[in-house]
Amino acid sequence: MGEMEELRKEAESLKDQITAARKTVQDTTLQEAAAGITAVGRVQLKTRKTLRGHLAKIYAMHWGADSTLCVSASQDGKLIVWDSITTNKVNAIPLKSSWVMTCAYAPSGNLVACGGLDNMCSIYNLKGKDGNVKVMRELAAHTGYLSCCRFLSDTEIITSSGDCTCVLWDIETGTEKTIFAGHLGDCMSLAVSPDFKFFISGACDFTAKLWDIREAQCRQTFSGHESDINAIGFFPNGNAVITGSDDATCKLYDLRADQELNTYQDSSIMCGVTSLAPSVSGRLLLAGYDDFNVNIWDTLKSERVGVLAGHDNRVSCIGVSSDGMACCTGSWDSFLKIWN
Amino acid sequence: MHNASRIAHARRTVQQLRIEASIERIKVSKASSDLMRYCGEHAKNDPLLMGIAASENPFKDKKPCTVL
Repeated sequence: MGEMEELRKEAESLKDQITAARKTVQDTTLQEAAAGITAVGRVQLKTRKTLRGHLAKIYAMHWGADSTLCVSASQDGKLIVWDSITTNKVNAIPLKSSWVMTCAYAPSGNLVACGGLDNMCSIYNLKGKDGNVKVMRELAAHTGYLSCCRFLSDTEIITSSGDCTCVLWDIETGTEKTIFAGHLGDCMSLAVSPDFKFFISGACDFTAKLWDIREAQCRQTFSGHESDINAIGFFPNGNAVITGSDDATCKLYDLRADQELNTYQDSSIMCGVTSLAPSVSGRLLLAGYDDFNVNIWDTLKSERVGVLAGHDNRVSCIGVSSDGMACCTGSWDSFLKIWN
Repeated sequence: MHNASRIAHARRTVQQLRIEASIERIKVSKASSDLMRYCGEHAKNDPLLMGIAASENPFKDKKPCTVL
C-alpha cells in the first residue's frame, strides 16, 4: 500500500515537472512568431486523375518513392498498384482477408504490405522471378487489428495495432525485433522520421508518442487532443509532428520544444479527421475528414486556405508524393483522386 | 498477484515519466523560427504551394485543341 501511494505521488510530481518545464520555454507562440510572414493565399487544386477499379471502400493508400506508382487497399479484398499518371493498374493483388485497414510501399519499390482485422501484416514481393506477385511473409503476433504499417527497408517494417502496441519486425525471419508498449488505447497510425531513427504513433488514448527505434524507448508523449488520434505525420524536417483526431482538429507538436505549437480547427468543422499529409515544404497541411472533404491549412498561420471537394463519401486516406507534385486521396466511395 | 502487477505497472509509469521529464527543451521562439525558416527555404520547391505550369505537370492531360 505504501509503495503504491509513493509511486502515485511521484508520477503526479513528474507530470507537474513536465508541465512546468514546457511552460518555461514558452516565450512566444508559433502564431505570434508567424504573424509577420506573408499569407499563403487561396490554394486551389484540381482533380487531374481518377483511379477507378476498386469495388468497395478504400481504407488506405501509400505513394511509392518514385512519385508515380502508388498502392491502395480496399475492403473488396484487393491491393492495387497504380501508375498514377496513366491510371493503369500495374498489379491487382487478391488478399486472403478482405478486412484490410492499411497498406504500405517499401522505399525500394520491391515490396508492398497490408493488414487489418486478420491481426497480421502480409508482405508481398512485387518483383518475383516469374512475374507473379506472391505473399512473401505473414507477420503474425499482434493480438489486435493492424491499423498501420511502414517499411524501414526491405528487411524491416513497423506496425501499429489495436492491441495498443507497435512492433518492429525482421521481415526475413518473420519475427518481432522490438515491441513498443506504452499506449493505453488502440494504436491507430504511425509515421517514420525522415532519418529513419524515430517513429511516432497516434492512439485512442488521445496521445501521440515519439519512439527511438534502436533504443526501443518512448522518448516523449504529447497530449491535448480530446478524442482518438486517427492520423499522424512528420513535418518534413523531422522536428515536428502533426496529428489528426476525432475531435475535429489537427495539432502541430514541436519535438525539441516538447509541446503543442498550433491547432488547426474551425467552428464549422465538426467531424473527425481521418488522414493527413503535409506538402513538401511543410507550409501546407492537407487533411481528410469524415464529411467527404479535404481541408488545406497554412501550418504556420493556422488558417484554412483551401478545400478539396470531389469525393462522395468519407476521405479515408491521403498522401503527398515525395517530389511534392501531387496529392492522392482515397475514399469510401471506392475512388482515388490525384490532385494538383 | 493482482497487487503485484498494479505496482509493476505504476513503476513502469514512473520510470517512463522520469525519461520524459529529463529531456532538454528549446524555446518556442527558436522552434518556431526553425519551422518558419524551413518553410521559407523550401517554398519554391513545393509544387502544391507554388502551382505547376501546365507544360511541366505530368498529371495534366495534354489534349490537342480542335477548331470546329
